Amino acid sequence: MKQQSLGEFEELVLLMVAALHDEAYGVSILENLEEKQEKKLNISAVHVALKRLEDKGFVKSRFGGITEDRGGRRKKFYVITALGKRMLDSQFELRTSLYKQIPKISFG
Amino acid sequence: MIQPPKRSLAFLRWFCREDYLDEIEGDLTELFYKNMNESPRKAQWIFMWSVLKYFRPEFIKSFRNYHSTNSLPMLRNYFKIAMRNLVKHYGYSFINIAGLASGMAVALLVGLWVFDELSFNTYFKNYDRIAQVTKGGTFEGKYRQGQDYIPYPLITELQTTYRQNFKHVVPVAWAGGFEAVLSSEGKRLSRRGLYVGEDAPEMFSFEMTFGAWAGLNELHGIMISESTSKAFFGDADPLGKAMKVNNDVEVTVTGVFKDFPRNTEFHGLQFFQPWKFLEKDASWITSKGWDDHFLFLYVQVADSKSVEEVAAAIKKAEMIAIKDLDYMKNELQYDYDILLHPMSKWHLYSNYKEGLLQNGPIQFVWFIGAIGVFVLVLACINFMNLSTARSEKRAKEVGIRKTIGSARKQLIVQFFSESFLVVLFAFAACLLIVFVALPGFNQLSAKAIEMPLDQSWFWVSSLAFILLTGCLAGSYPAFYLSSFKPVSVLKGTFRAGRYASIPRKTLVVMQFSVSVMLIICTAVIYQQLEFVKSRPVGYDREGLLIMRKKSGEFDTKRDALWAELKKTGVVASVGESGGDLSGTWSHNGGFNWEGKDPSFEANFATLNVSHEFGKTVGWQFIDGRDFSRDIASDSAGIVLNEAAVEYMKLQDPVGKTVRWTNRAWGVDQDFRIVGIVKDMIMNSPFEPVKPAVFFTYGYEGVLLIRIAPGVSAGAALPKIEKVFTSMMPEIPFDYRFADQQFAAKFANEERIGKLAAVFATLAIFISCLGLFGLASFVAEQRIKEIGIRKVLGASVANLWRMLSQQFVLLVLISCCIAIPLAYYVLSNGLKNYEYHTDINWLTFASAAIGALIITLLTVSFQAVKAAVMNPVKSLRSE
Repeated sequence: MKQQSLGEFEELVLLMVAALHDEAYGVSILENLEEKQEKKLNISAVHVALKRLEDKGFVKSRFGGITEDRGGRRKKFYVITALGKRMLDSQFELRTSLYKQIPKISFG
Repeated sequence: MIQPPKRSLAFLRWFCREDYLDEIEGDLTELFYKNMNESPRKAQWIFMWSVLKYFRPEFIKSFRNYHSTNSLPMLRNYFKIAMRNLVKHYGYSFINIAGLASGMAVALLVGLWVFDELSFNTYFKNYDRIAQVTKGGTFEGKYRQGQDYIPYPLITELQTTYRQNFKHVVPVAWAGGFEAVLSSEGKRLSRRGLYVGEDAPEMFSFEMTFGAWAGLNELHGIMISESTSKAFFGDADPLGKAMKVNNDVEVTVTGVFKDFPRNTEFHGLQFFQPWKFLEKDASWITSKGWDDHFLFLYVQVADSKSVEEVAAAIKKAEMIAIKDLDYMKNELQYDYDILLHPMSKWHLYSNYKEGLLQNGPIQFVWFIGAIGVFVLVLACINFMNLSTARSEKRAKEVGIRKTIGSARKQLIVQFFSESFLVVLFAFAACLLIVFVALPGFNQLSAKAIEMPLDQSWFWVSSLAFILLTGCLAGSYPAFYLSSFKPVSVLKGTFRAGRYASIPRKTLVVMQFSVSVMLIICTAVIYQQLEFVKSRPVGYDREGLLIMRKKSGEFDTKRDALWAELKKTGVVASVGESGGDLSGTWSHNGGFNWEGKDPSFEANFATLNVSHEFGKTVGWQFIDGRDFSRDIASDSAGIVLNEAAVEYMKLQDPVGKTVRWTNRAWGVDQDFRIVGIVKDMIMNSPFEPVKPAVFFTYGYEGVLLIRIAPGVSAGAALPKIEKVFTSMMPEIPFDYRFADQQFAAKFANEERIGKLAAVFATLAIFISCLGLFGLASFVAEQRIKEIGIRKVLGASVANLWRMLSQQFVLLVLISCCIAIPLAYYVLSNGLKNYEYHTDINWLTFASAAIGALIITLLTVSFQAVKAAVMNPVKSLRSE
């Protein structure tokens, strides 16, 4: 099995799924990301990332109930899997360890 | 409230994968409503833009397999099951396919025949533009039409005054063709030909092998058929070769045309000579007036005009032309019309009776066509019957298929595909049957029909035919079988019930009604034939030879020839007459006698005969005596037939005088009645004999030879031939027998009889096949019941009765339906014949009894088989 990889945007979405635990679905992820990043995103980018994450096994999904404001369509909720969590952990570790190696640099 | 953009949404729904649609559409909609609060326009724009962004491989559904709902394997399964069923019940399958195949074969043959009849004369390219000029008029207060002989001046009139209406005006002599001896390069052949107008080849679109359409412009030219050319010159180009007609007229071959096919007016015509030549050679015709009708005239209307327009334009042509002619004064009262009879009606709409168009031939075509359809329907009924009868066996299968999830629609498709399979097999068998039967059928129907296997329309119509038959035959089982309720079928409580067999019984009744009707019709047609054949003909047909006098030598060497013939010892007498014995060709008015009602315009068949004619043909005198050469006054004597005496209402006619005035014949004198003969049947034997006058006056064109009694024709012919070949070596010895000519008059009716007999036999055969299948099915179904009955002491006879009686009842009902129908049809049909048999109730009774016997035989085979079976065997299982 090839080395699992995680793109930058995917990592953000995965983090957001984890953060919004059990309340994460397309629109909530989008809105939170927009808020944190302070820039506009397109919903399709979020969906593409979610599909890829699901394919890689980092998230799993379930359908929620039907709500009126969605034109009778169900919400699809995402939860992070153990594999996803481990991926995040290893990414975090990698980044922190690398960060720690940065010598003290002063930029005046 | 504003909705998300509809088009974008539809687009999304169209391309998006089903499993993602909920999420994507839901999220988009939710966002849309949120954005709406800011700006509806922006919300819409974002929505649309987003939808477009989803148009990428991850989200697009697979269109490749979208429409295939796996129908092919399902169909394959249907056919597999169908094949297994066919093979498993090979007996039923055979009955089914054989019955259907013979029904289809009949329908196909009839179809080809009808097509051939309807396409008569379409060989001619100008089919739609050609018409025959005929006459009509008011006689004795009644309008009559259908006179196809026209007078000579009419030709000139149409060619000059009315020229602009026509592209071609083609006169024809002598109608129906005349026989002549053609000779060239030492060969001599007797051929039938016509004198025709020079435009004929173009008008009738001759297919030329050699030469051009203009070939008849040559005064001494002759166009010959390909077969004639082959017979004389082989494959060589015969253009410019010299030829002699009747060993007298020298002509040059100026064209060779392809022989006309059988279903054309000109079939059998082997040569054409130009009209101009006839006018020069027989110049007397040009001096004939409006009162002498002896020519045929064909026209092709001008390209710019319709046939109706031209017909209207020339309608009064004759009346306008003759109104100032002195000799036609008396005829003005008839108010003649000149009519156009279009080519499309020559063949099927040409039967006139009492001057009114009858629906004779076309009616016959539809009659045969209807029989074809009937036989096909019979075969389809068989198919339906057997399939529904076996439905109980298939009921479990239907139940299981339904429980597994078959929709009713699928079951319908299944049963249709099954019936199409059978129909396909049957069609293959039918093609084979038709292929084998076609030569015989052609002989029977006097046609030259070929299987049009290379024509696309044949295959297209065959396909339509298969579809139609498949639907017709498969519809009932498909809708009936698929309607079963799975629960009741599988629980075993399913019983076809009392009413399930009612449609089946109705179908059997229909089948037998049609069959019994066909049997009765055939029987009556044969009775009618026998009745007419046994009608007294008034002369002796046996051993009477008829020869056309094809050369002047018959007259110049007459005495020597007759003496030589008698010297052979095999000839009893020799005579001559103006026309053949097979018809009265000349009819004239202008007769007056004492006691005649002045307003009565009497019309007689006029026959000029030699003094020896009566002795030679053997006519029978009722009163008076025969002509005699010894009595000089007999040149002004006449013999009448019985019909004429009755027509004239004469008492004691012999010795009375009749005055005959006729310009065309150039007579105006008294004739004395010397004798009365029994009616001789010369025209159609189905019609009353025409009043006829015989006299020894005029030109005799036919030689009659009576073979001595007790001498066989086979022994006499060589001796007679020797006399002719030695005395007239240039003329081929060409003769006909009177009895054969007479028999030919029945050809049409005999053909109807034979065709009807064949169809009736097939109809009965198919019906019996069906009955056989049904009976075996019923026997099989009741096998346990029969076993129990036997154990309880029923005899074989009891059981046989039990199994047969319901079928007998059905056939009895059919007879009750068929007999009144047949009576109605036949009494109408027989009215067409003036001389006809009465319908005998015995015919009906025997047809009904016949049908019953056949039914009993068919059913009994199965019934007895079931009844003699050992009950142990049938009861042991379960």
